Amino acid sequence: MNVNQHKPVGVIGSGSFGLAVANLLAENSEVLVYARKEQVAHAINVDRFYNNQQISERISCITDYGELADRCDVIFPVVPSISFRQMMKDLSPHLRPYHMLIHGTKGLDLPSHILEDLEAVYEVSRENVKTMSEVISEESVVVRTGCLAGPNLARELAEKHPAATVVASHFDEVIKEGQRLLRSERFQVFGSKELIGIELAGVLKNILAIASGAISGLGFGENARGLLISRGLVEFIYLGKMLGGNTEAFLGVAGIGDLVTTCTSKLSRNYTVGYRLSQGEKLKDIVTSMEEVAEGVKTVRIMKKLCEHFGVRAPITESIYQVLYEEETVDHALRRLMKIPFHNDIDFL
Amino acid sequence: MKEKAKSPDNSNYQPIEGDLSRWPVVKMARNRKAFVKAVADESLERLLENRRSSAALIEELETTVFKERLRIKQNPWDVDPEDDRKFWNSLRSELGALSHKQSSEEEKMGQLRVMVHKVVSRYAEEIAGNFKPSHYRLARTVVTFGLTRLLNAAKLHKFTGIFKNDYTLDEKIKIKGAGDKIRALAKKGTIILVPTHFSNLDSVLLGYVIHRLGLPPFIYGAGLNLFNIKIFAYFMDSLGAYKVDRRKKNQIYLEALKTYSSKAIREGAHSLFFPGGTRSRSGKMEKKLKLGLLSTAIEAQRYNFTSTDENKDRKIYVVPLVINYNFVLEAPELIDQYLKLKGQERYYVENDEYSDSYKILKFLIKFFTRGSSIAVSLGEPMDVVGNLVNEKGESLDSRNKVVDVRDYFVKNGEINIDHQREHQYTRMLGDKISKAYYDINCVQGSNLSAFIAYQMLKKKHSRIDFFNLLRLPEEELIIDYEAFKQNFAKLLETIKAMQKQGKIEVADHLLREDLDLDKMIASGIRNVGMYHSKQALYIAKDQQRIQSEDMNLLFYYHNRLDGYHLDEHITI
Repeated sequence: MNVNQHKPVGVIGSGSFGLAVANLLAENSEVLVYARKEQVAHAINVDRFYNNQQISERISCITDYGELADRCDVIFPVVPSISFRQMMKDLSPHLRPYHMLIHGTKGLDLPSHILEDLEAVYEVSRENVKTMSEVISEESVVVRTGCLAGPNLARELAEKHPAATVVASHFDEVIKEGQRLLRSERFQVFGSKELIGIELAGVLKNILAIASGAISGLGFGENARGLLISRGLVEFIYLGKMLGGNTEAFLGVAGIGDLVTTCTSKLSRNYTVGYRLSQGEKLKDIVTSMEEVAEGVKTVRIMKKLCEHFGVRAPITESIYQVLYEEETVDHALRRLMKIPFHNDIDFL
Repeated sequence: MKEKAKSPDNSNYQPIEGDLSRWPVVKMARNRKAFVKAVADESLERLLENRRSSAALIEELETTVFKERLRIKQNPWDVDPEDDRKFWNSLRSELGALSHKQSSEEEKMGQLRVMVHKVVSRYAEEIAGNFKPSHYRLARTVVTFGLTRLLNAAKLHKFTGIFKNDYTLDEKIKIKGAGDKIRALAKKGTIILVPTHFSNLDSVLLGYVIHRLGLPPFIYGAGLNLFNIKIFAYFMDSLGAYKVDRRKKNQIYLEALKTYSSKAIREGAHSLFFPGGTRSRSGKMEKKLKLGLLSTAIEAQRYNFTSTDENKDRKIYVVPLVINYNFVLEAPELIDQYLKLKGQERYYVENDEYSDSYKILKFLIKFFTRGSSIAVSLGEPMDVVGNLVNEKGESLDSRNKVVDVRDYFVKNGEINIDHQREHQYTRMLGDKISKAYYDINCVQGSNLSAFIAYQMLKKKHSRIDFFNLLRLPEEELIIDYEAFKQNFAKLLETIKAMQKQGKIEVADHLLREDLDLDKMIASGIRNVGMYHSKQALYIAKDQQRIQSEDMNLLFYYHNRLDGYHLDEHITI
């Protein structure tokens, strides 16, 4: 069509999901991956193998944000939420309003000074807590933002199993661009205008993944998981609506789709956290021994504070919080959860 | 051009362009015929863009004909052209003939193009203003002179005052805000003024404000109903108005209207929109803005960036403006309409309240002989996507780095047309404007008094619902003076703190150190809708109580401070 069709697509982050996204993009375009460390760039450019993944020949890695922004019009930031804002601050001077940013981060942003001392801080409101697209808007001139969410376990993507994702944005052109760049024989890409809802779906499902891992760890079987997923979905939708998402966003590929996947897969990091907790390991030890960030651990802390602020009861989230941070045993938390009297099955529709 | 030193009160500006023939609005008027034709041609192309088959065009035309004939039958106005009925009837027969004829799609499209063009030409001709520089000068003199006379009569409380010159409009109308910057930007680019809309007086007042700032006349859409009255039509035409007919809601008309606005902006004509659409019925500041006309600013900006003529790169600046009256004459009718709509008692049909010259004159006299001063706050100018701009006209991001607005319209290295994107930008701009309204809203003593009184009554009667609250008998509408005073002191501190954070403006009389609270309260309460037949708020003779005779009006004036979460600070 035109010259710029040949511009490479950018990816920020060399974690397993970042590289999986880069490999997907490489099926259709040249890809530039940004990595902070030279040795990572070397591994990607020379060894062609990093983070347990074969790297496509069409991917090259650079360590300069200026070059990335200069050569790419579309960039996919896929970095942990804890470092997302700083990444945006560093990238921002190079960004122009024509850039499109489609992120794949499944966490929430909270100013670091509050996060450090979260439990002591009196109250956290929605104004303190930002989704990644909101961080992009705050930190840069980029308006054409979007996000990527769906059942996308990095390992399965790397093995080229069939999967699907949702690209959400307020802009049709961002959705179209995301679809054009990502779609392949084995990868279906749906579009959605519910940016905030889709972001929140990706974020909140991690809480339930922790619980699901714990259920497996205790050997409770599939009745219990069915119960968790369906009741979890109700809580998930309530929390999502509380933060500005629409119910629809939680019922699609990025909602139920991703929820079921992460709650049933041992490949999920958050699931692993729950599993190991139920085996009696301490959270601190689990977190330090994991190679990559399990976003759910931070999300639970933030959501607990937000529920207090909004005066909303979220029994599953609260229980997981107690297990993670208040020395509650998984078994005990589960027993208590079973005693809560619910009257209606579904009341959000 | 040499500029005279400004007078200390910061309001005496020289015109930025003394040569009338160089005003865009004058240039447009000179080429009126060509301009109208250009608007019609472009409207046609736009309509065809989304309607590519003869079936779609026929449907659009049939809908339009149906609605227009209904309008002629149900709601005719004096200002309607005499051949209205004839025109639409003949179009109807033409359409009928066409749909029965066996002809090729191409042939049909050709005929339909001609028909649509006829309709848009008719609309463009109707919409276009009749600006005449000679009339402008006369009208401006008459308006300024007339208002000044009325004002003097008012302030001196006797009719002979009409011949005195003791008071000027400047004292009555206080303009705050970024006047200098707006003047500077008007020389470089095109200004779009987007004011709040509370009263029919707004357009007259804004004409005065624009003149006061030394800017050439702005074009603005005035309700066609106002042109029913000959004398009004004369002044409106002279001041740069074009006509908007709110009865016509068909797509073809709306397209013609938007094209007119967009083209005028591209020609560099400074424009004025009321983004709230109509006057605020509730007395609240506009939160949901009408995006239709606003979108023409964004579109015009994109056109300018792609144009090859003298308008190339000409930037468009959006300036929010808030007018604050202590007294809105039409408040009783407005709030009545609002409550009816809210209560859904019945469908509300828009009627023409200002149907004759006498009523309007009465309105103006009443306003200027009775109303107290008016506060006009100018907001910081922004570009069309809502970035603030500096004196040089450059857009700044939130870290004060210069941004090129062109980049917002660029994809794959070049400017492209994407209506959905621009629709999204319009929403963003709307949000920025609405936020600016709240930030520059200048709180008067009367606003604060009405807000506190209503909220205290609401808290006192917290068990009853909204409509019952408004229906409370007068003897229930009593507030203890001391409790009111405590709340007043507390809220005054709150809004002063908010002012420091740039979240609201505070009128000078509330910041004066020499006034004690009692005096502020007395003047605030006196000014709450001061000349309505029923008093929204007054202090009882014993000075111990504050009372209301009209809860609806109190609610209306209280709404001015709605949306700031100030009610959290009220105690009883």
